[in-house]
Amino acid sequence: MFKSVKTGLGLACVLAVTAGCSSTDTDDSANQQMAQTPPPVVEETTATETAVPLDNVVYFDFDQSLLKPSTRELLIKHADRMRGAAGTVRLEGHADELGTREYNLALGERRANAVRDFLVLQGVNAANLEVISYGEERPAQEGSSESARAMNRRVVIN
Amino acid sequence: MMKKTVSLMFAALLGCVLAVSAHAQLVVEIDDGNDNPTPVAVVPFDWSGSGVLAEDVSAIISADLRRSGLIAPVPRDDMLSFPKTPEQVSFRDWRMLGTEYVVTGRMQPQANGYLLSFDLVNIFGQRKMFTKQVTGGANQLRDIAHRAADEIFEAITGIRGAFGTQMVYVQETQRGGQPSYALMLSDIDGARARQIRRFSAPVMSPSWSPNGQEVAYVSFETGRPAIFRENLRTGARQQLTNFKGLNSSPTFSPDGSKLAMVLSKDGNPEIYVLDLNSGRFTRMTRHFSIDTEPNWMPDGKSLVFTSDRGGKPQIYQLTLATGQVDRLTFDGDYNARPRVSPDGKTLVMVHRSRGVFTIATMDIVSGRMRVLTETRLDESPSIAPNGAMLMYATKRGNKGILAAVSLDAGVKYSLPSQQGNVREPAWSPYFD
Repeated sequence: MFKSVKTGLGLACVLAVTAGCSSTDTDDSANQQMAQTPPPVVEETTATETAVPLDNVVYFDFDQSLLKPSTRELLIKHADRMRGAAGTVRLEGHADELGTREYNLALGERRANAVRDFLVLQGVNAANLEVISYGEERPAQEGSSESARAMNRRVVIN
Repeated sequence: MMKKTVSLMFAALLGCVLAVSAHAQLVVEIDDGNDNPTPVAVVPFDWSGSGVLAEDVSAIISADLRRSGLIAPVPRDDMLSFPKTPEQVSFRDWRMLGTEYVVTGRMQPQANGYLLSFDLVNIFGQRKMFTKQVTGGANQLRDIAHRAADEIFEAITGIRGAFGTQMVYVQETQRGGQPSYALMLSDIDGARARQIRRFSAPVMSPSWSPNGQEVAYVSFETGRPAIFRENLRTGARQQLTNFKGLNSSPTFSPDGSKLAMVLSKDGNPEIYVLDLNSGRFTRMTRHFSIDTEPNWMPDGKSLVFTSDRGGKPQIYQLTLATGQVDRLTFDGDYNARPRVSPDGKTLVMVHRSRGVFTIATMDIVSGRMRVLTETRLDESPSIAPNGAMLMYATKRGNKGILAAVSLDAGVKYSLPSQQGNVREPAWSPYFD
């Protein structure tokens, strides 16, 4: 069960990484990072278990850490897959560029904590969830457009 | 004839300076000056050694004085003569130009370095105000210039100069498609930038020790944020914290014996004080909200910090002896990352008004607030040790740049980087 989850997440990660490096496929560090993520081998699983990779990013409103209703549905699916599974999942909190860096670090943590608390309520073992905040230091998208900022106010489930 | 020879030498000198500044990481652009700056002519200095000096010392002094906004250096092309001594100064000629002060100087070689003798002449008072000497090593021409600029600036304005100070900042560049982060150290005019340390994970919140020998900062190199202190001379480094959750916002106490910081090991961000001698951590705040960005009052008896305990980020003051917390800011719905002026009277902060993030000052007693900057996304203000100016980070296009503004908002200049994004400037204390 958990294996397939990891595969799903792994695939999502690899996709994210590939999307992240725009043109340089030969780049060393990018390859290194890809090497660290679990290889996206298709496991021999039953039809019901071949879950579609779940989206692993949830988004927030400006200066908010409240989970949006759409987010809750996604997190419930994540919780279903995580429950009873071993291994640690990292919840990485992020903020947009607006506001101060240290406050945003705290805001990123608050967002990741909101996701953690929700997952725990769904029965996920808290000991398996690690929260880390990057604040605005690792934007998913550069730039100051509202769409870029919306993409950066996020928690990544890794 | 005399002037011509000197001018020629000058062109050569100028060429040198331009060549040097092309390598500099940050270049000064003056955006706005005071209404009535004092006209001061820093005459090209006489050089009694052989060859050409590696730096144009009088030009560096002029640039320092110009950045203060309080002084308008007279352009060399406007000078009718290049006197070498106060005796050679023609009061009538300089008066005609409207020049209020003339600086003459003589550079001479000495064992392993240079000696600069320079004079400040008051044109309207028709008298020499002083003759002073500065010495420096072979690679200290810029230090000699900044030192002389400090003396001239203080004699004219009554304000202690801070031209010989430095700054630490964060530079982010792309290396092989991946972000690379560096903690940089440069002179306050952006010259002589050098890398303190390079990181593959984010680095943030650099903060100087009051003796100017160390910086504390937050690095993600261990996979999560941790606080480090690093000696700038020896390169010796120590990891101070490794708690679960946030380890952020380190700031040294005015006596250098303690470090205020933010830890979230209790479940949410709280202000802690680490005694650097005993290694003991003391929790200072107890609130379920975000408490962060502590900064010390100059007397070391209280901290100012950001908290959203009132619903929005605002600035509060915490008296260490009693634990009492008082709210300081009421103007606007986002006031954060406070820094206190050296006299303890003024707060500078990031302030949002009409959706724009600017730098603002607040008189602590009256509560009167004033917006200093009109760019956008302004953050990380850091005050000069003389309290006259502050350096901050802003954006130009999509690029992070550094900029400076005087605390009365009269003077503005920017320091765009030629490489990558720069941010989080931390202005050094005085080194003496």
